[in-house]
Amino acid sequence: MSPRRRRPHLVFPDASELEEPLLDVQDLRTYFHTARGVVKANDGVSFTLNRGKTLGVVGESGSGKTVLTRSIMGLLPNIQLERSGSVRFAGHELTSLTAHQLRDVWGTQMAVIFQDPMTALNPVVRVDRQLTESLRIRLGLDRRAAHDTAIALLGSVGIPAPEQRMRNYPHELSGGMRQRVMIAIALACGPKLVLADEPTTGLDVTLQAQILDLLASLQRERSMGMILVTHDLGVVANRADDIAVMYAGRIVEQAPTKDLFSHTRMPYTEALLRSIPRLADPSHTRLRAIPGRPPDLASLPDGCPFAPRCPYAQDRCLTDDPPPRTAGAGHLFRCWFPVGSPEGEDALARNVAAGVPAALAFTGALAGAAISVTTVSVTATAVVTGSLAPDASLVPPAVPLVVPPVVPPVVSPGPAEGANGDATAGES
Amino acid sequence: MAGSGTAQLRGDDLLLRVEHLVVEFGKGPRRVRAVSDVSFDVAAGETLGLVGESGCGKSTTGRAVALVHPPDQGSVRFAGTDLTTLNQRDLRQARTKVQMVFQDPISSLNPRRRVLDSVMEPLSIWGIGSNEERKAKARQTLESVGINPSDASSQRPIEFSGGQCQRISIARALMLEPSLLICDEPVSALDVSVQAQILNLLDDLKRERGLTMVFIAHDLAVVKNVSDRVAVMYLGKLCEVAPPDTLYRHPAHPYTAALLASIPEPDPSAATNGRAPLSGELPSPTDPPSGCRFRTRCPYAQEKCAIEEPEMRALGPDHFVACHFPLARPMVSTEAPAVAEPVGASPFSNA
Ligand SMILES: Nc1ncnc2c1ncn2[C@@H]1O[C@H](COP(=O)(O)OP(=O)(O)OP(=O)(O)O)[C@@H](O)[C@H]1O
Ligand SMILES: Nc1ncnc2c1ncn2[C@@H]1O[C@H](COP(=O)(O)OP(=O)(O)OP(=O)(O)O)[C@@H](O)[C@H]1O
Ligand code: SF4
Ligand code: SF4
Ligand SMILES: [Mg+2]
Ligand SMILES: [Mg+2]
Repeated sequence: MSPRRRRPHLVFPDASELEEPLLDVQDLRTYFHTARGVVKANDGVSFTLNRGKTLGVVGESGSGKTVLTRSIMGLLPNIQLERSGSVRFAGHELTSLTAHQLRDVWGTQMAVIFQDPMTALNPVVRVDRQLTESLRIRLGLDRRAAHDTAIALLGSVGIPAPEQRMRNYPHELSGGMRQRVMIAIALACGPKLVLADEPTTGLDVTLQAQILDLLASLQRERSMGMILVTHDLGVVANRADDIAVMYAGRIVEQAPTKDLFSHTRMPYTEALLRSIPRLADPSHTRLRAIPGRPPDLASLPDGCPFAPRCPYAQDRCLTDDPPPRTAGAGHLFRCWFPVGSPEGEDALARNVAAGVPAALAFTGALAGAAISVTTVSVTATAVVTGSLAPDASLVPPAVPLVVPPVVPPVVSPGPAEGANGDATAGES
Repeated sequence: MAGSGTAQLRGDDLLLRVEHLVVEFGKGPRRVRAVSDVSFDVAAGETLGLVGESGCGKSTTGRAVALVHPPDQGSVRFAGTDLTTLNQRDLRQARTKVQMVFQDPISSLNPRRRVLDSVMEPLSIWGIGSNEERKAKARQTLESVGINPSDASSQRPIEFSGGQCQRISIARALMLEPSLLICDEPVSALDVSVQAQILNLLDDLKRERGLTMVFIAHDLAVVKNVSDRVAVMYLGKLCEVAPPDTLYRHPAHPYTAALLASIPEPDPSAATNGRAPLSGELPSPTDPPSGCRFRTRCPYAQEKCAIEEPEMRALGPDHFVACHFPLARPMVSTEAPAVAEPVGASPFSNA
């Protein structure tokens, strides 16, 4: 690569002058054509992100989080890839840019922080050169200036004695230190948007807290937008402005963070929250497991993809795919029988009465006999093919498209009445 | 010795009693004392949670107790016998009663064998029962962990999900009817939705079979959920031992308090959120700090901490801590998990 500065091909407005959202993703579809069939890794994802804001993207393994970040950046191999929809970033439609033009975006405008710094850093290149190279190429700094900037960057990500660390190879650094170097490299050219893909997964909780705090303060200082991808709802609970919950390649619920926790609409989000052991719960609190596992993205079921595992599922869910619905400002979800709505309550009660395994596991009715609930793959599929409710006439007809946002939730996901519903007084 | 001592030990008659356990790796200046004078005991039917940061020696402790990697010093008394003194034959026999479950369920099963055969294997190795009897027992054990035995007889590990593989390795560990199960991060590699299934299963098995467990994990919320007693470990030493609810409500060791403060709670209004995290990283175990090993990161460290190693001592009934200046309990019990205030302001409190 030549250290000569390339002429920019695209002009980006200063983030503060932006009228529109920093990032506007509409109906993004990312399909892989494989031998097993079409893997719908992102199936109609839409959201917007304003500058200086953080969107938390949460989902189980394989739900399409990494593909989403890569699809936004245009960082996917073109073979067997089918991508549609729109990604507008700082006034540019990224999906119509050439690979050459995208290079003006990567690094300087948009940067990514990966989960595993060992694979993202070049193992045979000293920290020094990994940092200064992009400063020289992308920002056109000379050797001296790049060196000074690099040292300042390492200092700003909390690396002690940065001059000495510049001489190290990645393997000579601890895991936490490597993650800091990754962050320094990502932020070197002052991007407007950071895509952090599980930046702390695999790190100890103490280190995780340090790294997340660091990211938050850098983001505040620089007024960057951030997409924080994680499988841990705890990581984003206090650090994201909005949270998008992904399931089977889609955003199934999206809301301002507080709203998502206090007015959960989506049965999947609720089930996730209730399956996590909480510090505030007494030990040996029975966890509400979600039976089964996420569907294969190459052969998605008809209807709602969560139906085989959902405590609320009704016959309708097996055939009709729920469209996005709103529940108050900025709160979207996809469900026919939302949590906290009368139809949701009815659906859950019906399933409990009918002994639907997912419903029993969820309400804890089967405590002590978890085995029959957890023979998941078998039971769950059997249920899907049959009728979920004992009496199909009980299934209500259509549901109104907008759920009044004021309905109190059936179960508060807060810790006080949390996962077990019998929290001890004074424990919340 | 710092973070050493045996005050936390209860009677001589408990199922497992580990005393002054030492495990070292390597030679000369690169020698690592991964476990440095650790003592604990577990009563029959009890679950001991062992928690601490990566590299603090949890797995090494677990392997030493199971005599998979015998300790360099110390004793492991199991059901009245010190396993470290046994000859090969007796040890082999005793080992059937102590089984381990590992973090990575898929790689702990033979990828080329059908799952049912892998589960039967421990009985085959020991020559227990006829082939039919082994098969029947494997099917029954698989059933008890929620795996369909007919799937298991035709399929290989790759055809099962991570959670199912973990059930299968649990079934395998149960085949010899062990009385002690050492679970080394059994849910760390699993998705949250599946993690709850396995934690509930372990709890059921413990109740139904009267199993005794050592449960190793780095996630305190998980450890709290499954344990009857928790031991917090730092750089090869124990810091604090207490029942989980006590430990979480009144952490006495500054390290325990810091660990609690670092947990990201999935609740924007949780009390732990927003606390200042612990600074710095785990020092190298080849050259641990003098005195108290936590002193390089401890916000309360005093001169004494560099000179003298704190010994484990009782703070209350069944609450033990190895610290010269343990955090005081708040006068009025506030919310849990409260970080107790030491003399002076706590750097972990909401700033
Ligand atoms: N290049 C590819 N070709 C085919 N399938 C792919 C490709 N990349 C990803 N996938 C599939 O897309 C789905 C989503 O994968 P992705 O890596 O985005 O999940 P994730 O949510 O990031 O999971 P994790 O939490 O495990 O990182 C998976 O089923 C994966 O196998
Ligand atoms: N076979 C080995 N050879 C050399 N050093 C080892 C070996 N096994 C462990 N160690 C060292 O012993 C220390 C304790 O390791 P151990 O695996 O017991 O930690 P741990 O608490 O289980 O960590 P983790 O949470 O990462 O599993 C570490 O410093 C490690 O590098
Ligand atoms: S109730 Fe129906 S639509 Fe809603 S999440 Fe469950 S299965 Fe999907
Ligand atoms: S106060 Fe002293 S003895 Fe206690 S943990 Fe801190 S450094 Fe160790
Ligand atoms: Mg990923
Ligand atoms: Mg380990």
